[in-house]
Amino acid sequence: MRLLRNRAIRVSGVILLVISVFALFGPWISPNDYLSTSFDRSLLPPSTVGAHLFGTDDLGRDLFVRTMLGIRVTLMVAIVASFVSLVIGVTYGAIAGFVGGRVDAAMMRFVDTLYALPFIFFVILLMVAFERNFLLIFVAIGAVNWLDMARIVRGQTLSLREREFVDAARLTGVSTGRIIFRHIAPNLIGIVVVYVTLTIPQAILVESFLSFLGLGVQEPQTSLGALVDAGVNQMEGAAWVLLIPAGLLAAILMCFNFLGDGLRDFFDARHVD
Amino acid sequence: MLRYTLLRVLGAIPTLLLVIALAFLMVHAAPGGPFDDERALPGDVAANIERAYHLDEALPKQFARYLSGLVRGDLGPSYRYRDYTVSELVSASFPLSMQLGALAMALAIAVGVSAGTFAALKQGSYLDRWVMAFSMTGISIPVFVFAPVLVLLFAVKLQWLPAGWSSTAGASRLVLPVITLALPQIAYIARLTRASMIDVLSRDFIRTARAQGLSTFTVVRLHALKPAMLPVLSYMGPAIAAILTGSVVVEEIFGIPGLGQFFVRGALNRDYTLVLGIVVFYATLIIFLNLIVDVLYGAIDPRVRHR
Repeated sequence: MRLLRNRAIRVSGVILLVISVFALFGPWISPNDYLSTSFDRSLLPPSTVGAHLFGTDDLGRDLFVRTMLGIRVTLMVAIVASFVSLVIGVTYGAIAGFVGGRVDAAMMRFVDTLYALPFIFFVILLMVAFERNFLLIFVAIGAVNWLDMARIVRGQTLSLREREFVDAARLTGVSTGRIIFRHIAPNLIGIVVVYVTLTIPQAILVESFLSFLGLGVQEPQTSLGALVDAGVNQMEGAAWVLLIPAGLLAAILMCFNFLGDGLRDFFDARHVD
Repeated sequence: MLRYTLLRVLGAIPTLLLVIALAFLMVHAAPGGPFDDERALPGDVAANIERAYHLDEALPKQFARYLSGLVRGDLGPSYRYRDYTVSELVSASFPLSMQLGALAMALAIAVGVSAGTFAALKQGSYLDRWVMAFSMTGISIPVFVFAPVLVLLFAVKLQWLPAGWSSTAGASRLVLPVITLALPQIAYIARLTRASMIDVLSRDFIRTARAQGLSTFTVVRLHALKPAMLPVLSYMGPAIAAILTGSVVVEEIFGIPGLGQFFVRGALNRDYTLVLGIVVFYATLIIFLNLIVDVLYGAIDPRVRHR
């Protein structure tokens, strides 16, 4: 496949795949669970003894299983949040681009306004007002990240709308809704895929930021952000409690960014020829 | 220029109102009140408290009261820090955050612009690749990941710098927080500067300047820097927002008693008015600073004024 010839896509894709497979199946293979505590094995360094591959935390919980669980939660939040932002952003952008004129100008002015806002603070405000509801984290993060998507989709729709095949469809009496779904939407897929890949790390960032501050995922559930937070408290005596989740979070974020960049190059290159 | 500035100022007012209304509604649409505890208060006590905080009034009236307070710089009482108003807490803690933020911003611009310019001048060199690799890392890795790692390295292991906010440490206690706060912005600004500098350096007027025999340094300083700085200037708005967000984390990690720390405490304690007040304050600040950036942009680039 041509896609795999791009090194950034290949390498980051493989790393992400390996991490996800571990996160999915790791907890099944490990003899430990994420909940049971024991002071006899508090803060053990990583070793194969007792299969504590990533060591244990201050309560003696196995960090391998907790980290894998954290990755699961982080990835899940990221995917759902990106989906929410995909739905909002594509709908908003497609409407603005397709309708055009004053509606478009007003809708885009609104997006510009929102760009200036410190969204993360509104997410925190939501968390405070509506308890810390897991579902709400998804929706709130998604609702934060749709602006880029809306802008990109709007630009693309605007240029697609003027193309001959859309005129042809309109002339043959195809309805507006059908034009949008059958003729415009398929042409948006490439660019949307690229921006979803770039939205995922942003969603991960927001989720782990909230969890780091103690406002996101609540104990005994965990996410990479919450694990980093716990690691900060132990770092003087037990650096691995911090370094392993921090390293994994950094790796995941970098891979998604490289993947997004690679995909953008790939789709842009096709755009040129 | 005056007309442009006025238009910008007028444009910021609806944004500000929208933000305040949104924040206010979010807090007041919440299920349950701020005084709902595990143990329910007796009916008349609850009613008294509600009256004291004007929670018994209709929502539009409460909002009007809040707005008129805002105009006078009054953000209302804090629900948890009983003897303080939100304005007192903000004005006591913000100067420290501002100092941190301003230092980080200055550092980010200085280092980011120089690194980006050097990378652009030596495009394709090792230096360029290192700058780009560093900036990708800096953009990807969040503040709360490398802040503790830096503390672990420089404060715990090497013991060069203090780990927390000790009063005996003097200015050295600022070093790690400011660097942490600036790092992602350095990365971003370097990337932006590099891209726009490469673009500007390929223009005809630069070729003309070079043909006149000016040195690279002079060409960059007198001709290329100003046009190349425009994208960086328009990034200042998001950068300010990012530094404010970052300062929440940095203050938490280093134990700095700034506004960000109050914000997190308020959020964890469900101190509605404090959180609402700080959000409104942050938003106002960001809108105001964005306005300044916009006006500066217009002052530097006449094309923007006459659009």
